[in-house]
Amino acid sequence: MFDTSELVINMGPQHPSTHGVLRVVLRLDGEKVVDAEVVIGYLHRGIEKLSENRNWTQIILLTDRMDYVAAATSNVGYCETVEKLMQIEVPRRAKYVRTVLCELQRIASHCLWVGTHAMDIGAMTVFLYAFRERELILDLFEEFCGARLTYNSMRIGGLPQDIPPGWDKKVLAFCDIMDGKLDEYETLLTHNRIWLERTKGIGVIKGPEATALGLCGPALRGSGVARDVRKDEPYAAYDEMEFDVPVGMVGDTYDRYLVRMEEFRQSLRIIRQATAGIPEGPIVGKVPRLIKPVAGETYHAIESPKGELGYFIVSDGKSTNPYRFRVRPPSFCNLQALPRLVRGHLIADVVALIGSIDIVLGEVDR
Amino acid sequence: MIDQFVIPVVKILVVLNATLIGVSYMTLLERKVIAWAQSRLGPMRVGPQGVLQPIADAVKLILKEDITPRKADRWVFTAAPVISMVPALIVYAVIPFGPVVHMFGRDISLYIADVNVGLLYIVSVASVGVYGIILAGYASNSKFPLLASLRASAQLISYEVSVTLTLVSVILMSGTLSMVGIVNAQYNSRLWFGFVQPLAFVIFFIGSLAETNRAPFDLPEAEQELTGGFHTEYSGMRFALFFLAEYANMIVVSSVATTLFFGGWLRPFPNVAALHFLDVLPSWTWFLLKSFVFLYIFIWVRATLPRYRYDQLMRLGWKVLIPLAIVNLVVTGIVKVMLL
Repeated sequence: MFDTSELVINMGPQHPSTHGVLRVVLRLDGEKVVDAEVVIGYLHRGIEKLSENRNWTQIILLTDRMDYVAAATSNVGYCETVEKLMQIEVPRRAKYVRTVLCELQRIASHCLWVGTHAMDIGAMTVFLYAFRERELILDLFEEFCGARLTYNSMRIGGLPQDIPPGWDKKVLAFCDIMDGKLDEYETLLTHNRIWLERTKGIGVIKGPEATALGLCGPALRGSGVARDVRKDEPYAAYDEMEFDVPVGMVGDTYDRYLVRMEEFRQSLRIIRQATAGIPEGPIVGKVPRLIKPVAGETYHAIESPKGELGYFIVSDGKSTNPYRFRVRPPSFCNLQALPRLVRGHLIADVVALIGSIDIVLGEVDR
Repeated sequence: MIDQFVIPVVKILVVLNATLIGVSYMTLLERKVIAWAQSRLGPMRVGPQGVLQPIADAVKLILKEDITPRKADRWVFTAAPVISMVPALIVYAVIPFGPVVHMFGRDISLYIADVNVGLLYIVSVASVGVYGIILAGYASNSKFPLLASLRASAQLISYEVSVTLTLVSVILMSGTLSMVGIVNAQYNSRLWFGFVQPLAFVIFFIGSLAETNRAPFDLPEAEQELTGGFHTEYSGMRFALFFLAEYANMIVVSSVATTLFFGGWLRPFPNVAALHFLDVLPSWTWFLLKSFVFLYIFIWVRATLPRYRYDQLMRLGWKVLIPLAIVNLVVTGIVKVMLL
């Protein structure tokens, strides 16, 4: 009787809650999302191609620019891949410090996530609380390596410098502060009725489908799949740490939220163990002056705050730069689940779901 | 001559200016209170502790370029901010800030007009304001504002019903629609209606949060979803008018809540002679103090809660608040008939 037509609406690349320059083309029926198409590439800088023209140490700096809210994790992932290719033995002290840095970085990244996720759903106070604590972590990083966002905090074979005196005490003091602050966030959100209504049952995805879509990290664990690279294929000093891998039951936005909130606590647990147990010893292993791996290829993955961050590197053994450099970014793989997640939900849920899969466009586009 | 013309004009000027200043300082209050809630300082640069910030904002907004999109419906686009601002201001005509006082050798009433259908006037005029939002979204000829104005109309229809139903309960208690009469009825019954009608008050408060588009019901201007909502295409002072209208509406709602449920200008326990010392404060101060508490709660809520989703908002309105309001009204009626 009436002619109805779908409304095509362009969300982004300039939009307050697409977390950067993501563009989502939504087809709407009223406020209901019929279909969504994700358009990426607005932040493409060609990091993979650039890397093939840089020497092995210079690439560390480029990995900073991928997941810029978790730069240290990208550094560690890359350095470990090259170490694996060159079979360099990393001293235990360096491994422990790497673990501490990775987990501090995870907390910083999750702080940013909880802040923006809550802000997308309208609770803006959490955002500023979370940034207040993220600031403390940035201060710790600044003390360690002098930078606050793109750290360049790792070297092939170990660390660029030893930890400053008294730094471990400050890390432990931070853990004590963070414990209380986590309760503060949870008071505002976890049992809040509006928060529950906004997140429960939104974007449900079950384990098998999540695996099939290539989801990784907290987004996958929210669906009940206990896949965590730190447990399954331990790197750095994770095999010596005691921690649990939280998993969700339903696979909705609320479960992904709970999983990440629990990861905060597990990260604090790991930091406490690792900081207390940093052994004495050298910080760099036996690394040749000119880094020039023999011909060969390798893949190595670590658990970044967003999920499984993998590097695939091919060396031709002749030049001082990689022949092929390829990244498996967790945000990119998680983002491809977005159209499947938003279908049938409302516009307001789209922003909740973008927040819930926790993407960083620097890593999606590289 | 003086009683007929000069005094009303002076009163109108005072109320209008006080309102506009109050509205602009509401913006500062909101920014400050939210900043404190979020462990920040808020505006600190303009004047000591940032007290001149609203003036700086106004100057900035007036000087800004006023853009009308080429494809917008020019007349409606221009009229929309005015339509939302004017009703918010003329509602003050019937709000009693105090009783009749003896001043300058004359009896002067601290309200502009005591209309015998005062409450009805407020409800009807205030609901015109939403046309501003609807027309703004429609006239912008842009998709996000259009969605926002759809939300605004749906939201207003569902919440005005419940708010009006709670007002009827108050009218049953007071037996009058006059705002002054309602305050006097509370004086005579020795009880503020907020304590007799707690449910009505709660529904009224939630409903007015929704009606003034405040968090957690600020869907028409949900920045994170609709990039600014209905005022996406507005700039400069026209944009500011929408904001001023929102704050003016908040003040209206707080004043109405004070008058209807918390005794208007009456001091606490107005009939207890022992508390006579409270009369040191003039009546209008009590009114302003009580209204201020409500305004503070408005801001507090915004700093704390996430935002409802559109369908959840409608469900809350139609399935929870309206049935409760009806039950409250029926019970009030029965009790009133049985006991009196």
